[in-house]
This record gives sequence, structure tokens and C-alpha cells, in this order.
Amino acid sequence: MKEGNDYHQELSGLLAKWKDKPGNLIMILHEIQNHYGFVPRQLSLQLSALLDVPLARIYEVLTFYNYFKLEAPGKHKISVCMGTACYLNGAPEILRELKSILGVEEGHTTKNGLFQLEVVRCLGCCGLAPVIMIDGKVYDKVKKNDIIDIISKFTRSKEPE
Amino acid sequence: MDKKYILVKDTRRAGSNQTEHFAGLLAAKIQASPAAEAVQVVRAADIGFYDQGLVLKFLPGGPVYLNVSEADLDRVVRETVVGGRVLEDLAAAGTARQLRVVLRNCGVINPENLEEYIRRDGYRALSRALFEYTPDKVIEEFKKSGLRGRGGAGYPTWLKWHLTRSVPGAEKYVICNADEGDPGAYMDRSILEGDPHSVLEGMIIAGYAIGANHGYFYIRAEYPLAIERIGKAIEQARERGLLGTGILGSDFNFEVDIRLGAGAFVCGEETALIASIEGKRGTPRPRPPYPSVSGLWGKPTSINNVETFANVPVVMTRGGDWFAGIGTEKSKGTKVFAVTGKVKNSGLVEVPMGVTLRQIVFDIGGGVRSGKKIKAVQTGGPSGGVIPEDRLDTPVDYENLQKLGSIMGSGGMIVMDEDDCMVDIAKFYLGFCVEESCGKCAPCRIGTYQLLKILERISEGEGRSEDLDRLRLIAQAMQKASLCGLGQTASNPVLSTLNYFETEYREHIQAKRCRSFKCRDLLTYSIIQSKCKRCRQCFLNCPVQAISGDREVGFYIQLDKCIKCGKCFEVCKFNAIARE
Ligand SMILES: Cc1cc2nc3c(=O)[nH]c(=O)nc-3n(C[C@H](O)[C@H](O)[C@H](O)COP(=O)(O)O)c2cc1C
Ligand code: FES
Repeated sequence: MKEGNDYHQELSGLLAKWKDKPGNLIMILHEIQNHYGFVPRQLSLQLSALLDVPLARIYEVLTFYNYFKLEAPGKHKISVCMGTACYLNGAPEILRELKSILGVEEGHTTKNGLFQLEVVRCLGCCGLAPVIMIDGKVYDKVKKNDIIDIISKFTRSKEPE
Repeated sequence: MDKKYILVKDTRRAGSNQTEHFAGLLAAKIQASPAAEAVQVVRAADIGFYDQGLVLKFLPGGPVYLNVSEADLDRVVRETVVGGRVLEDLAAAGTARQLRVVLRNCGVINPENLEEYIRRDGYRALSRALFEYTPDKVIEEFKKSGLRGRGGAGYPTWLKWHLTRSVPGAEKYVICNADEGDPGAYMDRSILEGDPHSVLEGMIIAGYAIGANHGYFYIRAEYPLAIERIGKAIEQARERGLLGTGILGSDFNFEVDIRLGAGAFVCGEETALIASIEGKRGTPRPRPPYPSVSGLWGKPTSINNVETFANVPVVMTRGGDWFAGIGTEKSKGTKVFAVTGKVKNSGLVEVPMGVTLRQIVFDIGGGVRSGKKIKAVQTGGPSGGVIPEDRLDTPVDYENLQKLGSIMGSGGMIVMDEDDCMVDIAKFYLGFCVEESCGKCAPCRIGTYQLLKILERISEGEGRSEDLDRLRLIAQAMQKASLCGLGQTASNPVLSTLNYFETEYREHIQAKRCRSFKCRDLLTYSIIQSKCKRCRQCFLNCPVQAISGDREVGFYIQLDKCIKCGKCFEVCKFNAIARE
């Protein structure tokens, strides 16, 4: 973990663009999450001081919006689409299979930090349902039996258990 | 930059597959044409059409040609590839029925190139508005056009602009609602990505009509490409003097900014959206006052949907009367739908208002993929309802869909077949609303949760006879007492399924039976001994060892151990597993 001061430097950089715009809090949080993959508590504390807004105001916003994450992300992010088209075309099966292979619930990261399992709503590829996305790459028309192959591509040649 | 593609596939069931041959021929002809650099021929593995001879699909967004012969190829290259014209005699029926107003440029121009947009009449509407029309005359033109909001409620666009204009004050705002929250729909995303300048131009014209000098795009953070394209469009427009001070030499000033959503469905609601732009939690507030009176930073504000804005330049260039000539009496113009679910050709379609649901699903969508019977079509997402098969001949417009217990919504259209359980569908949408309810008002926060609990127990076989009345009661209370549109409409999926498919609900409660085999808890599996070949597949694959027996005595499922996962049903090659 970084020290408070290291964050401070970077934070000023991220803030520069937004500092004087009205209603900037959400956009600043977007910048932070883009940069770190999540919004570390340390940073929220500093942000609170820099912008002179109470920490509670920042957390009120952070916790309202699904998009903001408070924990560090896993190495590979798996997003399972549970939009309507995917739901009808078997997404619940896919999710169940992933949960049982990875041994985690949605919204969590595996113990080894390798996979983060997320449920999302509509990746905008409904014609290819059901779809999952791993590290930004879309896998379409996924079948339950494909999952293990897809996952093993990411586990192979990895550090020993 | 953005290349165009032609997918090629020989879909004849009999005879030798000539895909390779035709693709080669087509590629050679294109190579020799002026379009050589811009188009790439791709052999498709599956093109969504079957036994229709040689099929060509122009991507993105172009027509589909069926039964193309070798002799047609020269014509195709000359007219369509180079000339951009559709050959009606080859076009699949569905593509011919479509009418591209909103999607006029999608897939036709490079969205990152302002010149291409301008070449197709881009920004002519803006210059006409600025130099030939007063703001009031612009509004008048939209009154003539009959354009209504495409974001869901169908409020007349001219009236919203007129009201915002009439409120005194020098500082006013225009907002583009690009939060596209319906899970399973992507019309707005496609427009933003495929033709960003048309939306921007629409917004600038709206600003002029209303007397606003500042606009905001509120875009979902989940749409990075759309954000990038709108960002580029804004920069390009600024460089060209289409944004900023003294636009095109007039005395009108307009600036635009982008704000990002952060994954909250309720932020599609206009007052919540405004709160979110102000940097706060996206919770709605009671209306009135409407945003037209007190919106962003307390100033008069007009909020319109992406597709609404994309219509604006067309109305200005072709005139309100032309636009009003398309559609039905009260719903004018076209509507873009994202047709998905169990349909064969899933994708975006744009049709004139008044086309029937059946035409959309069958003529354009090609019907149900599995070949099973269609059960219903869902429109309007979590705020909409299901429309059963026997009502599919209804012409699509705002009023008709509402009469059927659904809404137009933003354009999601989901096809459901006999494998889809209506209780399960209602549960799916309610689950969504429970998560997305902002929690500010009790009818929505508690109502959605209670509805979901009841639906869950019905699907688990614990339903009670009084549950159906209770569902209706809670639904009514929510409609009447909720603070915003989310709660007021969240019960639509329940009410509409209950209305049209009450028997299915009753079967779940009384007979503990799910005719679509979706509600796991109601299923029982058993082995049909007369069909069983004793291959042991079920025995080996059961994850909880609920199958006992051996090759001598046969195999049996122990119901107390069975977790109803359906694995045995899947692996049995002899249909020897019964599912009831
Ligand atoms: C819960 C809820 C979600 C909504 N989501 C959207 C949305 O994603 N996109 C949209 O354009 N309108 C959405 N609306 C409708 C907007 O509140 C508003 O009516 C619309 O943006 C107005 O634009 P229009 O007049 O051009 O349709 C939503 C409304 C509610 C109540
Ligand atoms: S529903 Fe999954 S991509 Fe749209």
C-alpha cells in the first residue's frame, strides 16, 4: 500500500481538470476509479480535506452508485451479463457454473486474487446472448460446458498453487 | 478508420457449399472498384438466415441480400458497395420494411469524421434553424412534426421546449439522457457510437429553441466508446465553429459538457439524473416543480433522450409536415427497437410507428429461433409489460402499448417462447427493481421487495391462494403512491403477466407445476425404465450421487437427495429421464 503522500501527488493531478467545476464529485471519483481500479479509503479521506466536503458526503455517493468499487479488483475481471436477453438465453446457468468453479459469490474476488466475479446488466451484445466478458474481451453464445475451458486459459502457466 | 464489412455465406442446405467461391469473386470485384480500401469481405460461419441461397449481409447496419446469384454480383458492387443504394429486389423482406430516419447514418458514415456527416446534410438543419427560423418558429415546426419523446413516456417534444422557453430567466440548460438503463436494450448506444454528430446537432438546435446556452450529455460509464465518440464530436464541432460563441457567425452561443452515470437505473429518471449531474446521490424528487421550471442548479431545464435528439435534424431539414406523414395518428415518425431474446435475427430495427409487433418479430426478426411457439413479447424493460401472442397484431404506438398494459419504453423488445415461464419473468424484472429502487420512498422500496417475496414463494411451490390478490393490491398501491416513475411502473411486469397468464400463476400455486420447466423447485426427475439403456451416464454425472443402482437392477433417482440440477436430463442420450 502506498503512503498518504504518494496518493496526494497523484490526486492533485487527477483533480486539476475538475477542481472548479460545479457538481464535480462524481467525475472526480470516476477519475480515481479509472486510475486505481477502485476508490481507496485513504484517497476519500484526502479528497474530503482537499475539497472541503465531509467524508460522509463522499461515501454517501460512493455507496449509492454500483459502478464505484471500494475494494481492490482481482487480476482478471469476469463480468457475467444478466440483462434480459442473456437471462432468457441461459445466463443463470452460466453464473451458477462460474460460481461453483471459482468458489466465490458474485461481487467478490477469489482468495488467490486471480478472478473477480461481477454481474452486469446488458453488455449491449444481446444478439449474441448469453455473453460474458473477461478483461474487456467478450465471449458470446457461451455454453455451460465451455466455461471450464475459458477459465483454464487464465489459470494455466500461472504461479504454483 | 471504421471499416465496412460484407458477410458472405452460401446457405443452401443441399449441394456443395460455395461460400469460398462467392467470397473470392466478390472480393475480386470490390478490389477492382473505387471502394477497394473501405470494404472487407468476410466469410461467415452463421449469418442468421437458412436455405436462402447466397446471403450477403452489409455491416454495420446495411441491408441483407438473399438468393444472390453470380450474375448479381456486379450490380451489388456498383450500386450498394460503391453507391450506397439498396437493391430492393434482393433485400430481405425485413430490411425493405424498415425505414431509416434515426439510423440514417449509422454504419454508412465514419462516425469520427465530421466531413462525412456534413456531406450527408449534416449541420444543415442547424444553419437553417439559426438563419431562417426564430426560436419560436423552430418550436412551431416541431409542433407540426408531432415528434414525441423516445425515452419512454412519449411527451411531445415541442411542448417540453415551449414550456422551458416560456419560463423567464437567462440561464437555462439542455440535457441529453444517455443513461439507457433498460437491461437488454442498446438503441441509444448504437446511435451515440454510430452517428454522434446527429445527436449533438439535435441538442444544439434544442438549445437555440429553448434559449439555453449550455448542454450536458449524461452517458452511462459502461459505454466507453459512446463517451469517446461524443467527446470527439464535441471537439470537432468546436473547431468548426459549430459550438462556442457566435455559432456559424450568428449571435447564438452554446457549450456542451459530458457527465458520466455510475450504474444506477433510477438516474434515467429526470429529477434523479439532475441530482446526479449536480454530483449528488441520484434520488428523484417530487414533481412539480418540473425541470422545465426548476431543473439543473434550479434553472429551467429540458431533458431529452438520445433518439429524440437524433430525430431533430431530420425534422428541421425535411420539415415537420414530412415527418408527420410517417406513422399513426398520434405517434409520428419511426421507432428504433432492439429485438432480442428468443428471436432468430436479433438486432436493431427501425420501423415506422404503426407497424405491428408480429411484423417486427416475424417479418423482420425471422420468428422464433428454436421453432417453438412464441409466447409473448416484452416491451419497455422493467417498466413495461408482456404482450401475449394473440395481441401481436396490434400496431405499435404509444397509446396501443399502454392499453395493453405495457409501454413503448426506450425500445427494448424481447421475444419469449414456450420455454419462458411468466412467473420467472416477473421475478426477474422485480429482482431488478428491488436492487435499483433508490429507497427514498416507502411504496417503491417496500412494495418491490414484498412483490418479489411473493413471486419467489410462488416459484418455489409455497404459493398461497390469496397471493394473486395480494400481488394486485400491492401493485396498485405502488402505482398510486410511489414518488417517481420507477416505483409507479415497477409492478407492470407483474400485472401484465398476471393479467394474460393467470392460469400459469394458478398452476404454480395449486398444481405446483411450472409448464416451462423453469422453476426448479417444482420439478421432479425420474428414470423411465423402459427407455433406459443402462449406459450409466446419469449415474456418473450426478453431482450429488442421488442416482443409485447398477447395470443389473437399473438406476433410480433418490428424490430426497436430488437437487434438481437437471444434469441427468442433459446427459441422457435416450430421453430416458422424465421431467415433470
Ligand atoms: C426509472 C426511470 C428510468 C428511466 N430511464 C431512462 C433512460 O434510460 N433513458 C431515457 O432516455 N429516459 C429514461 N427515462 C425517462 C426520462 O425520465 C425522461 O422522461 C426522458 O429522458 C425524457 O426524454 P424524451 O422526452 O426525449 O423521451 C426513465 C424514467 C424513469 C422513471
Ligand atoms: S442482455 Fe446480455 S448483452 Fe444485452
